[in-house]
Amino acid sequence: MGRLTSTINAVLARGQKSLVAYIVAGDPHPNQTVSLMHTLVAEGVDIIELGVPFTDPEAEGPVIQMAHERALVHEVTLTKVLEMVAAFRLEDAVTPVVLMGYLNPIEAMGYEAFADAAKICGVDGLITVNLPPEEAGPLAIALQDKEIDPIYLLAPTTTDARAAAVCEASRGFVYYVSLKGTTGSGGLDIKAVCERVEHLKSQTGLPLFVGFGIKDGATAAPIAAVADGVVVGSAIVTLMAEFKTSPQGLELAVKELVRDIRKALNASNA
Amino acid sequence: MGSEDIQRQSLNVYRMKLLGAEVVPVTSGSRTLKDALNEAMRDWVTNVDDTHYIIGTVAGPHPYPMIVRDLQSVIGREARAQFARQQGGLPDAVMACVGGGSNAMGIFYPFLEDETVRLIGVEAAGDGIMTGRHAAPLTDGIVGVLHGNRTYLMQDQAGLISETHSVSAGLDYPGVGPEHAWLKDIARAEYVAVTDEEALGAFRQLNLLEGILPALESSHALAYAVEFAATLRKDQNIIVNLSGRGDKDIPTMAKIDGISIG
Repeated sequence: MGRLTSTINAVLARGQKSLVAYIVAGDPHPNQTVSLMHTLVAEGVDIIELGVPFTDPEAEGPVIQMAHERALVHEVTLTKVLEMVAAFRLEDAVTPVVLMGYLNPIEAMGYEAFADAAKICGVDGLITVNLPPEEAGPLAIALQDKEIDPIYLLAPTTTDARAAAVCEASRGFVYYVSLKGTTGSGGLDIKAVCERVEHLKSQTGLPLFVGFGIKDGATAAPIAAVADGVVVGSAIVTLMAEFKTSPQGLELAVKELVRDIRKALNASNA
Repeated sequence: MGSEDIQRQSLNVYRMKLLGAEVVPVTSGSRTLKDALNEAMRDWVTNVDDTHYIIGTVAGPHPYPMIVRDLQSVIGREARAQFARQQGGLPDAVMACVGGGSNAMGIFYPFLEDETVRLIGVEAAGDGIMTGRHAAPLTDGIVGVLHGNRTYLMQDQAGLISETHSVSAGLDYPGVGPEHAWLKDIARAEYVAVTDEEALGAFRQLNLLEGILPALESSHALAYAVEFAATLRKDQNIIVNLSGRGDKDIPTMAKIDGISIG
């Protein structure tokens, strides 16, 4: 069993739901990323989702697009992201790290070279936003050889038949995109999300995590009541832009936000 | 539309507005065609219930390249029939500019089975292939994945997409339709590139000699046609796809010539 599955199971066994925090590697500055990852864990984040900067992040809303651009100014390539994970692993051997990015940097590195390096650096899972499972065969094999979990996305528009295929291809957890839109969109219909999550959970044995549009304790708690975990991204990344020039201010603001969400999650599952 | 292209193609933008369209500027990334594509995808996933996505080129996820190819093929069918009627037989070569590649695919496609017909796509070499400031992925690109298709892309060693450069907004795109990548790989079509300067020269020449104002995009094909024609016999024939009118490019040309037409 991989680090991802054992962590998710352990959190569920405690009667809690997983909190996943997303940041873009290298945002706002490459030398802050590892420290921010430790801060997130210290405040109760169970799994780190690390965005791999890309020039054309098609699934992202404006907040995370800007984060990619900020990181790319510092030339944060996939190789550098893997180095950051390795640096994180020097002090944290237990928290799962999932990379989230786009296919082309992995194509450029080569599937096997990527899987090799990711394993050595301590990566546990991979979300490739623009790679549907139907096209993922060769990469999935390379990942499987290194016990890295491929995680695929379900959308509100996904049919039951396709959801079954997506879940079949996924390892670790399945990621439900809670709304039609890009990351950080507003106007989440929490009731509709919960209904959909309950339906999907009846279709698969894999843990189901929900992301896109969860921004605080108030949106996280009701969704975590039915899902196995929630992903918070744009709300954290917003702080990166706000405290771009103040690393200390950023750490404090991130701590406060994550602590609030953790508290709300625990209260709703108490 | 990329905000950079809205400036460069202001006459087209105005025409679209006259036709009742709303033109939304895109200010992310390089502010050109690729960024407009990203934004169109984002809009589509957000408004998927009541919005159709359409694209003007043969790139992107299946089945869009196929749909656009089939629709654009009217160019090649018509050209092939007209040539047979007026000249008899088949041309020796068919030539078109390639950005995303729709006009080229449209004129190439009905000639694919005609093995004696050379198909030549002309990319934008911008300031010159050697400078790296160009938009010629088939000439100087690496295979990768962007916008839902695997094709030749302008990218760096780390798989990040490069900024492109061409005087012609319609060719200023780091990728190319996947069927062109295929035609290149099986050597059914040939791809070359001409610089901004050469294209501008062809633009002026066609104006001067024929009174026809070609688009800067099509001027790339014309520039290569002139060079290529010198290698043929007098009884051989080339079809060049004049895929667009150059009226829209007059502000760009005037700016290059330092003339105010405000």
